Amino acid sequence: MRWKRKRLLFRALRKRRQLQVVHDRTRAIARNDILLFATIRNEAERLPYFLKHYRDLGVDHFLVVDNGSDDGSAEYLAAQDDVSLWQTSHSYRLARFGMDWLTWLMIRHAHGHWTVTVDADELLIYPDWPRRDLHELTVMLDHDRRRSMGALMLELYPKGPLSAQICERGQDPTEVLSWFDSGGYTTKYQPKLDNILIRGGVRSRMFFAADPSKAPTLSKTPLVKWNRRYVYVSSTHSVLPRHLNRVRGPQASGAISGVLLHTKFMHTVVERAAIEKQRREHFENCDLYEGYYDGLIGDPVFWTPESLRYEGWQQLAALGLMSDGRG
Amino acid sequence: MSVGFILLAHQNLDRAAQVSGYWAQNDLPVVLHIDAKAEQREFDDLKASLAKFSNVRYAPRRNCGWGEFSIVAATLDAARLMLDEFPEVNHVFLASGSCLPLRPAAELRDYLAERPETDFIESVTTEEVTWTVGGLDLERFTLHFPFSWKRHRRLFDRFVDLQRRVGYSRHIPEGVEPHLGSQWWCLTRKTLAAILDDPQRQEYDRYFSRVWIPDESYFQSLVRKHSTNIESRSLTFSRFDNQGKPHVFYDDHLQLLQKSDCFVARKIWPHANLLYRRFLGNEMKALARIEPNPRKLDKVFVQANLRRTRGRAGRRMQSRFPMHDLWAIQKTCAPYSVFEGFTDLFSNFQTWLEKRTGARVHGHLFGKRGAEFVDGAEVYAGCLSSSAKLRDYNPRAFLENLLWNTQGEYQCFQFGPADRQAIGNFLASDQNARIHVITGAWAVPLFHSNMEFGRIRRVAARYQAIEAAHVEKLRSPHTRAQVKLWTLAEFVENPMPVLQTVLNGIDPGASRKLTEVPRLVDLQGFGRFVQKLKNEGMNPHSVGDFPLDDIPGAKTPRIKPYAIS
Repeated sequence: MRWKRKRLLFRALRKRRQLQVVHDRTRAIARNDILLFATIRNEAERLPYFLKHYRDLGVDHFLVVDNGSDDGSAEYLAAQDDVSLWQTSHSYRLARFGMDWLTWLMIRHAHGHWTVTVDADELLIYPDWPRRDLHELTVMLDHDRRRSMGALMLELYPKGPLSAQICERGQDPTEVLSWFDSGGYTTKYQPKLDNILIRGGVRSRMFFAADPSKAPTLSKTPLVKWNRRYVYVSSTHSVLPRHLNRVRGPQASGAISGVLLHTKFMHTVVERAAIEKQRREHFENCDLYEGYYDGLIGDPVFWTPESLRYEGWQQLAALGLMSDGRG
Repeated sequence: MSVGFILLAHQNLDRAAQVSGYWAQNDLPVVLHIDAKAEQREFDDLKASLAKFSNVRYAPRRNCGWGEFSIVAATLDAARLMLDEFPEVNHVFLASGSCLPLRPAAELRDYLAERPETDFIESVTTEEVTWTVGGLDLERFTLHFPFSWKRHRRLFDRFVDLQRRVGYSRHIPEGVEPHLGSQWWCLTRKTLAAILDDPQRQEYDRYFSRVWIPDESYFQSLVRKHSTNIESRSLTFSRFDNQGKPHVFYDDHLQLLQKSDCFVARKIWPHANLLYRRFLGNEMKALARIEPNPRKLDKVFVQANLRRTRGRAGRRMQSRFPMHDLWAIQKTCAPYSVFEGFTDLFSNFQTWLEKRTGARVHGHLFGKRGAEFVDGAEVYAGCLSSSAKLRDYNPRAFLENLLWNTQGEYQCFQFGPADRQAIGNFLASDQNARIHVITGAWAVPLFHSNMEFGRIRRVAARYQAIEAAHVEKLRSPHTRAQVKLWTLAEFVENPMPVLQTVLNGIDPGASRKLTEVPRLVDLQGFGRFVQKLKNEGMNPHSVGDFPLDDIPGAKTPRIKPYAIS
């Protein structure tokens, strides 16, 4: 595993040439700042709320790689005071889904900082988040001598067909995408990476009933106190060295964990699915995902009478989807 | 005679002001010590809001650190001020800014007036103390602690180790008997004055300034020298969690706190508006003459701590994935029943059971074609899909999720040799499972089917082998499930006790008379069928010793539905 880590770090070193600086404001980063890393492509719809959410959480600086957006995302980001922007038009898939680029930026800028690594459609929440921002949370994690916090990706969807309801730019997506699957997640321990693999949820229910082992992984480790020797392995599902994946609590009780609200299924997802199917830039085995894209293009209804309406972190904690670390 | 309050606060001064105001208004003098670290602006606000009371004083502000002598020094200052300024005070009550009175001020005054000589302070010899987290008790008095436990834990631990190894021990001054206890006490004027005016006080102060966490030992030890009447308990209700941090009370603890009958509780979350409104308002419940009884609540805290250390049963998640043996004791979060063979024998078993018990009775959850949820639902509680593949991807997670998602409802389901068997091991090892098996009942639908006999014979042999393997697991000494086994023959012989067992198993408390029984399928000629299987060379042992019933009038009446017992 150590060699794997070194190989990935080296790989990031090589790929650094693919990045072009658009706006480098990293000088402004102060010692205890919380940083956010993301790769984006055509996210103009989501970015305003995305930035607002994480600013409210206390993120001090955003480091973003723009992978060839043509909808004004880059211009929007470049105009923000707390965003440093890089651009590349190279293949997202060949850069390990953007991870190589981010790894390089993290080697350079994230050492010693608490970092959030997410996609533009992921909103991180955790117990007590509206009152306790990331600075407070990380003080607590430091105090418990933890360097990482795990999160479950919770997929939100609207009531009715996906394209029927429109989420305005800057609007809180949970107002439109307010439903989720409360149960039906399966966990599996992976000794090799010492992490826990969680699958299930609405995408698994809708599209992967034929082959559940191909369904997307929902466990992530988005919050890490970074060291320049660390590296994410596949997306943010697992990190090396392995001890960072140990987000479980001692004994049977839980450590604190969060939820990434996944806002992928906005009205735009239907047309995007058609584009992504053409681009073939997502996932290792593109062919397996043909059915998935076809399903999305068909504008399906995810909602069932058993779906729950999202009401806040207390609800998710009571359901056992996140943990306040008290068992 | 009156009670005076010393209030130590360092943050959330608005709450401290609110609580002090409550006492001052009820003619109980208050001396406040506000930490020097608190903001001047907040302090000014506090002073302004308490300006209307003539019985409020302020001790000189000191900079207090956790577990340092400065807290004791501040308390001593405040105590001196209290005794000098308010001669009518006979008891002094030490409280913090996050304390909240739970009973009316007058009740506390009366309670203490009846016990004018008693000092309420938890004071336990170091040998008896069970609650110290970290394990330091007597050593608090005999070692040096120059490093902060909170900030430099490693140095702290190393230095303690070093002193232990070289056998270092401080000299304890004469007159100090090491005792520990809660920081929050209520002492009489006599005792407090004796401690303050002790001729050796300087020596004691110097000594205790090097003791670890002196606020839990200074008064607790010295009171043993001066007091004659110690009640070793605190009038302040507080609890600590397994990490040694104080338990914080929120709005939803209202009922609990009301039940405690204690005078003061800590620590209250500063934003618990409901608690503050309820307990500082005029509507406070009068409980005159009831002894404080914190024991009533201990059960709740023991449970909470257990859950913290052992986890919630039946839930696995990113951060909650128990890896060790403890988990083997309990796997799912709630009890449930599994029925094997019952639907083969009774045509309306599911509806009958549901009607009789109110439980949710599913069909074959592990059927090959998919999960047969109750009422044929395709997506059940918590969006569980009935798809066979999704279920078989991780059958135990499927069952754990079903039980987790339907908490509060009792779940039952059918199982049999025609189902996916992967879950069998899990069922046997789960102590929440209550498994009722009628072996050989699978033969009944075969008997009714129109299949060609050769095929029936093959299917029967397969089912029997599957069932035998399953039953063997259930009989293994490692099985934790409650298992009840009958052969088909035994069951048909006397079905009533079996049905009664089924009902009792679901709800042991309620005694349910068997007033209505499910409809048994027609078994006329079944004995003949079993004989025929035997004649074909199979040994249907799981059916049991079934009577050959085609001799007219011999056994049939007994199998017919039953008299009401």
